[in-house]
Amino acid sequence: MLEIRNLHVSINDKPILRGLDLTVRAGEVHAIMGPNGSGKSTLAHVLAGREGYTVTAGEVRYLGRNLLELSPELRAREGIFLAFQYPVEIPGVANIYLLKAAVNALRLHRGEPELDAVDFLALVKDKLRLMGMDTGLLYRSVNEGFSGGEKKRNEILQMAVLEPRLALLDETDSGLDIDALKIVAGGVNAMRSPERAMVLVTHYQRLLNYIVPDQVHVLAQGRIALSGGRELALELENRGYGWVEAAAGQAGGGA
Amino acid sequence: MNPAADFYRDAFARVATTLPGSELPWLRRGREAGLAFFAEAGFPTLRQEDWKYTSVAAIEKSRFMPPPPTANGVAPGLIDAWGLAGTQRLVFVNGRYQPRWSNIDPLPGGVTLASLAEVLERDPQRLEGVLGVLPAGYPSGFAALNQAFFSDGVYLDLAAGVALETPVHLLFVTTEAGLALHTRNVVRAEAGSRACLIEHHVALGDGAYLSNTATDLVVGQDAEVEHLKLQQESLKAFHVAALDVDQQQGSRFVSRSFALGGGLARVDIRVGLNAEHAACTLDGLYMTDGRQHSDHHTRIDHARPYGTSREFYKGVLAGASRAVFNGRVIVQADAQHSDAYQANRNLLLSDNAEIDTKPQLEIYADDVKCSHGATVGQLDPEQVFYLRSRGVGEVDSRTLLTFAFAAEMIGRVDMAPLRARLEKLLLGRLPERVKELV
Ligand SMILES: Nc1ncnc2c1ncn2[C@@H]1O[C@H](COP(=O)(O)OP(=O)(O)OP(=O)(O)O)[C@@H](O)[C@H]1O
Ligand SMILES: [Mg+2]
Repeated sequence: MLEIRNLHVSINDKPILRGLDLTVRAGEVHAIMGPNGSGKSTLAHVLAGREGYTVTAGEVRYLGRNLLELSPELRAREGIFLAFQYPVEIPGVANIYLLKAAVNALRLHRGEPELDAVDFLALVKDKLRLMGMDTGLLYRSVNEGFSGGEKKRNEILQMAVLEPRLALLDETDSGLDIDALKIVAGGVNAMRSPERAMVLVTHYQRLLNYIVPDQVHVLAQGRIALSGGRELALELENRGYGWVEAAAGQAGGGA
Repeated sequence: MNPAADFYRDAFARVATTLPGSELPWLRRGREAGLAFFAEAGFPTLRQEDWKYTSVAAIEKSRFMPPPPTANGVAPGLIDAWGLAGTQRLVFVNGRYQPRWSNIDPLPGGVTLASLAEVLERDPQRLEGVLGVLPAGYPSGFAALNQAFFSDGVYLDLAAGVALETPVHLLFVTTEAGLALHTRNVVRAEAGSRACLIEHHVALGDGAYLSNTATDLVVGQDAEVEHLKLQQESLKAFHVAALDVDQQQGSRFVSRSFALGGGLARVDIRVGLNAEHAACTLDGLYMTDGRQHSDHHTRIDHARPYGTSREFYKGVLAGASRAVFNGRVIVQADAQHSDAYQANRNLLLSDNAEIDTKPQLEIYADDVKCSHGATVGQLDPEQVFYLRSRGVGEVDSRTLLTFAFAAEMIGRVDMAPLRARLEKLLLGRLPERVKELV
């Protein structure tokens, strides 16, 4: 579904990603861990099409197409969803309007008729229940005045409504209390399917108790420095990133 | 002597006898004093600090004429289209009251609601102290012309303790190009009374004309007055309006100014918190496009202790338009414990649009709480990206965010029919696809 080859990305001429490779197949869940500032969000943003990043080398293929030439909205309509590490507040645009605009843009793209108001509301309320969220949040401005946890839940609500093919979750677990973490994990697990792939960026292996990944990767020094199974997350929790970085540094220096 | 003076003197000589109250010596003197003041002062120029961003040279050149006393026909359907549900409606066409298109419900005791011309005929003493002088004693060429030429306006008087629950819709319609319309509104809200007024300016057609309004408002002790304004003049029109408010102890005043139309619009709002515990809210939204020019000058004078003022203006500027916001807040030495907040935010949608914003805080008291700020910017790229990342197209995202920015001010309007009208007007500026979203 997603193939990243030798991706190099700079921000203002400062290289952040330096030869990143990653392959994600339909049905898989991948976790990406790594020290602060290692480029995890950069990767997520580049995949979602945010401006300000320069791809200096490499390629990204999504469902066989060159992802990097698509606008952010086209990527979204083709099924890519990014749950932001820092969801943006949009005063004056009600949550429900954003959902409606997003759903209809998606349907239009697929050549499907717009949902009527009743079906749309039924769909949204269903997902709202799944996320344990209050209906009132629908009519509030997008993320405005939401608590940290509410913002993260709102991201997953959007994901549940939009049913993406490839979901990128950037630290969706940060700032969640234990109950909220279970709810969010439940929402994510409910969406696992053979047609859908997910990439979770996280700092805590705890999330991976609830959402069990197929693979765990460590992003360090601009590339995937180490990959492994679920148990790698536990090892990282015990040993930290130093040993991975040291190894990656040696490998990088030798290359 | 300024060059326009002769023209206006001649014009005055021609229409003087057709103006309301022409037989009243005190009023005649007042009008002539206005004319004399204008002869001396002329129109404001860019050299005056208050007018340095707004040139009215085009008004001076245009030689707009006072209208003939008979009103031209306006289709009643149009009047209804401009109407607002649940209001008392007073319609003025080309500066004169039109009873047949107006409707005033039976009024509670203690309320006088009539056209100025009617009051000048029936009960002129009521107005002697008010109309014989320049509007609120703040002299400018426009105030002076208004004083000389005003042809009508509303008179609203609320006796102590009376609440006028139905909002008063003042609909000013201009039907022809070339006219100079001077209207004057006088509102007296005595102690503990309550009222809401909507000053609404519209035009038939797209001609150039001058609409020059002066409104005088006294808000008595513990009285509450709301002044809502919707300016939809033609895109070639010149709109000049002054609102002077004298607030008494514990009174509340709210002004919301929506400036959407006009080729050149200048609004002056001056509020005096002239007794303790008076509170005012001044909100506004100006939206300009093409070559429109929209200027708000506000002045809040905290003259006595424990006054509160809240001012919030937003602007959306597109095309090669220009807007001016000048918000002056003065806290006098005597006005301890004043609380003043002022903000002005502007969205520039085009590189050719220009805003001059100047919040001015002048504080002479020491125990006060004051803050102010102004921002000028483009749409937040983070917000644009967030919407696009959800599949919403770039143009739609930008439009949606612009709508949201402006809608905030509209959302603050309590009066539902006006709020709905404003939303519709705002939506009318959006592309079809986006309308479905909001
Ligand atoms: N706009 C920018 N200008 C300059 N540097 C930037 C910019 N955005 C990101 N960076 C830098 O790029 C690097 C990678 O940042 P990124 O946000 O991808 O890290 P991260 O792995 O997500 O970290 P965290 O775990 O703290 O979320 C950091 O050093 C950061 O300071
Ligand atoms: Mg990050």
